This record gives sequence, structure tokens and C-alpha cells, in this order.
Amino acid sequence: MSAWAYDGTAMLGRQLRRLRNNPGLVVLTQTMPVTMLLFFGYVFGSALAMPGREYRSLLVPGLLVATAANGIMTGMFQAAQDTHRGVTDRFRTLPMSRAAVPLGQAVADLVVTAAGTVPFLLVGLAVGWRIEGSVPDAVDALALLLLFRFACTCAGIYLGLLTRSEEAAGQLGSATFMLPLLSNAYIPTDNLPGWLRTLAEWNPISAVTTALRDLFGNAPAPGGAAWPVAHPIAGSLVWCAALIAVFLPLAVRRYARGER
Amino acid sequence: MATTYAVLSEGLEKRYGAVHALRGLDLAVARGSVCGLLGPNGAGKTTAVRLLTTLLRPDGGSARVAGHDLVREAASVRRRIGVTGQYASVDGDLTGRENLRMFARLHRVRGPAERAAELLERFGLTEAADRPASTYSGGMRRRLDLAASLVRRPEVLFLDEPTTGLDPASRNRMWDAVRELKADGTTVLLTTQYLEEADQLADDIALMDRGRVAHTGSPAHLKALVGRYAEVVVAEPDALVRAAAVLDRLTGGEPAFDHDRNAVGVVTTDPTLTLPRLVRELDARDVPLLDVSIRQPTLDDVYLRLTGQLAEGKELVA
Repeated sequence: MSAWAYDGTAMLGRQLRRLRNNPGLVVLTQTMPVTMLLFFGYVFGSALAMPGREYRSLLVPGLLVATAANGIMTGMFQAAQDTHRGVTDRFRTLPMSRAAVPLGQAVADLVVTAAGTVPFLLVGLAVGWRIEGSVPDAVDALALLLLFRFACTCAGIYLGLLTRSEEAAGQLGSATFMLPLLSNAYIPTDNLPGWLRTLAEWNPISAVTTALRDLFGNAPAPGGAAWPVAHPIAGSLVWCAALIAVFLPLAVRRYARGER
Repeated sequence: MATTYAVLSEGLEKRYGAVHALRGLDLAVARGSVCGLLGPNGAGKTTAVRLLTTLLRPDGGSARVAGHDLVREAASVRRRIGVTGQYASVDGDLTGRENLRMFARLHRVRGPAERAAELLERFGLTEAADRPASTYSGGMRRRLDLAASLVRRPEVLFLDEPTTGLDPASRNRMWDAVRELKADGTTVLLTTQYLEEADQLADDIALMDRGRVAHTGSPAHLKALVGRYAEVVVAEPDALVRAAAVLDRLTGGEPAFDHDRNAVGVVTTDPTLTLPRLVRELDARDVPLLDVSIRQPTLDDVYLRLTGQLAEGKELVA
């Protein structure tokens, strides 16, 4: 096994053990999207001018993507915590691959995210969401979701290494809760004022949400939307590629230099 | 020189913006010795250790650690060092055992589980091995930190303030661990604010002052340099002047009075000044002696005198 894969595996093991030692945290992070699905699905779904079941089937992909965007928060918080508590520096004194720590953290996060998607989708099925397209398309949808999560985690790790303070990362991280509100994850963007609609549709969350709805067969891409939403799969891939291309090298470089 | 010195740095420099944290660090630590880096906060101890452990890149100068260039062969240096300090810590969310296994794996140690068990036993952590490290007491946490930096038997061990905040029992345990490591042939570079700690553990002390090593020597050498303190306590105040005159004649030093205690003392570097001779001379002048003492300076005296003199820009005469 090459050095970075070996070190990355050790980092993956670390993250999984941390979760095992913190069952409360796992339960909290896993029940949050389910709670939001039930809350939004029945409260907003009743208020919006569309049948409740239909809203909930649109909400499931939206919440999947909104939860994936939380990768910014979790990535940032953990990177800041590790740096603040001296764990990052301990790793940096070890003869290990420079890329393994940020990459290992991001990959471990993917494993946890993938596992957490299963119970969420089961609740989704229970409230009326269905895979209305083909199975290969649905698999593509989940792959795209994980790619987006990875991109968000990379951005989060870089920001966490920058802030270094657990408190600052916690504050900044909760602000990421706002990001899906300005997208089509929870609401349709058609009725927004022009400039706000443009902003919402250029939000990467909108592109990925639209792509998931399209691939699950829940709703086709709307016409007349901004390019990333009108071409959601290409739009999502470009967004993810751009985020990873920018933030992954930045995170690795920041980690390797570790300047204070 | 790689065979003689475990750490050899020449003119290491580090700036943080306008702050010149390290302004030419020259340090030579002999293989197998314990070197104590002593200095107040802001003297550059931690920056020095962060540079020497590859955590920071120097802005100037060069250094070899365990025979490898700090910058060009950083990976080789990392394979040969262990670091324990305020900043290099274990993962509180993992148990002691999980931490040691992980570090053993990352160090490519064969049988990480066995190595972890061995270290837990050695540092008295077997009972707490399967509890999260965040639940450990300060002393246990520090021992786990130390164990984590020993998973691969480092050639050079860096300890940054290893006993700061520990109770005396934990501190003694830490000291014993350092002595054992030295006995095994490990080179140890430790920073400390505790002068007693440097005196107890270090073969050589490097006194740091404003980003440089101000002075290097064995604890005994530094004490001799500063001199001993001869003090006389008399029965009646009138006798103080006579006592001072004797001290002045014998040592050439400038006597300092403590009128509350009827005492007068002087610093002397004269090795021929013995207690019997001092008593005889004082008695011959009819000084009513209550107490006479010649004591070794504490490292506190050493520190204040040496950096104090340097602060005034005077050169030391060794």
C-alpha cells in the first residue's frame, strides 16, 4: 500500500473510532435531517400550494443536498478543533504523508455520510418519496451527492485550518445553515425576485438538488433557469470540480505549512 | 559531526511579521545527553522547538537534527524524533490505547497493538487504557503524550514544558521517565521555566534570552560562574560594619546589608573561601557571630544574574 493510502486508512480508523466513542453526537447528526424532513415536509408542505406528498418527494433530495453542504461545517469544526488542541501538530511531526490528514478526514466523513443517508432515505420512503427513475440513475444521484459532500468538506477543512479556533469555527459553521435557505432545496426559486433568483440558482446547492431530483425522477430540470440549474448534472460536476480544485490543494498546503 | 551532536543549529532565525522571535539560535546538543532550554516566556523556547521539530520552517540559518538537515530532509528528521508539548497533543476523543495504536501505525511500528500495551504498562496507564483520553487527569494525560512520542523509540525527544501544571508526585514520575530515557541513550531536549527541573535533569543548560542562546554550560558550571553567596548574621547591629569589612577584604565584593535580620552577604567566585576560614577571620575581629553560611546559588540566581547582565549589555567573563 502506498504511504498516503496507508496513512489515510489510519486516519479513517481514527474518525470512525471517534464516532464510536461519541454515540450521542452520531445520533444527533443523523436525526437532524430526519427531523427537518418531518417538520418541513408537514409544516411547509401544508402551506405551499402543492400537494403535501409532492412537496415531500421534492424535499427529500433537497434535504440530502442541504445536509451534504453541512460538510463545510463539520470539516471546519473538526479541522479547527484538531489544530486548537494540538492534534494537527502532533500529526505534522510524524513521518506521514502531508496529504493524508486532510484527505483522511474528508474520506472518513464520506463513509459516515454514506451510512447516514440510508436511514434518511428510509424515512423519505415512509413519507412518500420514491425513486421514480431508473436504478442506475439513482446510483448516479447518490454518487453525485457524495462528490458534493467531499467538495464541501474540503472547503470546510481549509476554513477550519485558517480559523484554528473552535469557537470561531462553531460560529462560522452554524452560519452555513443559511446556505440551503438561499437555494431551491426547500422552496421553488421561480417566484423569487429576479436578482435573488439568479443568486439562488447560482448556489451550488441548487444545481446539485436539481440534479438529484432529475436523476431520482422526482422532477425534471426547470426551463428558463440559470445555466447550472438548467443543466443540473453538468452544472453540479463543474461546481464540485471547481470546489475541489480550489480547496483541496489549499487545505493540503495549509496543513503542510502550518504557519502561525 | 553527525555522530557527536543530536541537535546542531547555526543561526536559526524566525520572524512572525514584525516580531523577530528567533534571532540566530546556535545550539549543540551532544548525543545521549539531556539539554535544558531555559528562559522566560517570550525568550523563544517554543519557537526553537517548533523549528527543530519541523513544525515551522526557519527564515534563516540551518540545523541538523539526528544527523539530517531540518529543511531538506524533514521527512528523515520526523522519523527520528519524538515530540511532546503544549501544542503536540493526543486525541482526547480516542482512548489511550486507541491513540497509541494509531501513532504506532503512523510510525510504521510492527505490532502496533503490542507496542501500545507495552507503553501503557510502562507509564501506569493500563487501567485507564480504554477510557477516552479527555477523561484523564493532567499527569496521566502528560504520560500518554510522552508515551505517544515514544512509540518508535526516537533518537531525539523534544519535551516542551513537560511538567508545567503538574502536582509534585506527577512531576517526579515525569522526571523519572526522562532519566530512564537518558539511561537508554535517548537524547532529550526539554524546555522549562522551572529552574529546579533543569538542574535535576539536564547535563547542559542553554539559557535563552530574546531569541538567542545567552549562555550554555552544565548546571555546576553556571553556578560557579555566578559564584557562591557568603552570608553572616550577627548578634548586634553595631557589628555589621566590622563583618562587612571582613567580607570586603576576603572577597573584594560589595557587601549587601539586610538590617532587619542583622545580616550582611557577598557574592564570591573565590574557591579558597571556606567556612572555617571565614569563621576564623570574623572571630579574630570579635564579630559576635550567630550564623555563617556559604550557599550555592540557585538557578534562579543564575538566571537573573546572567540574563540581567546581558540585558545591561555587559559581557560575561567565563
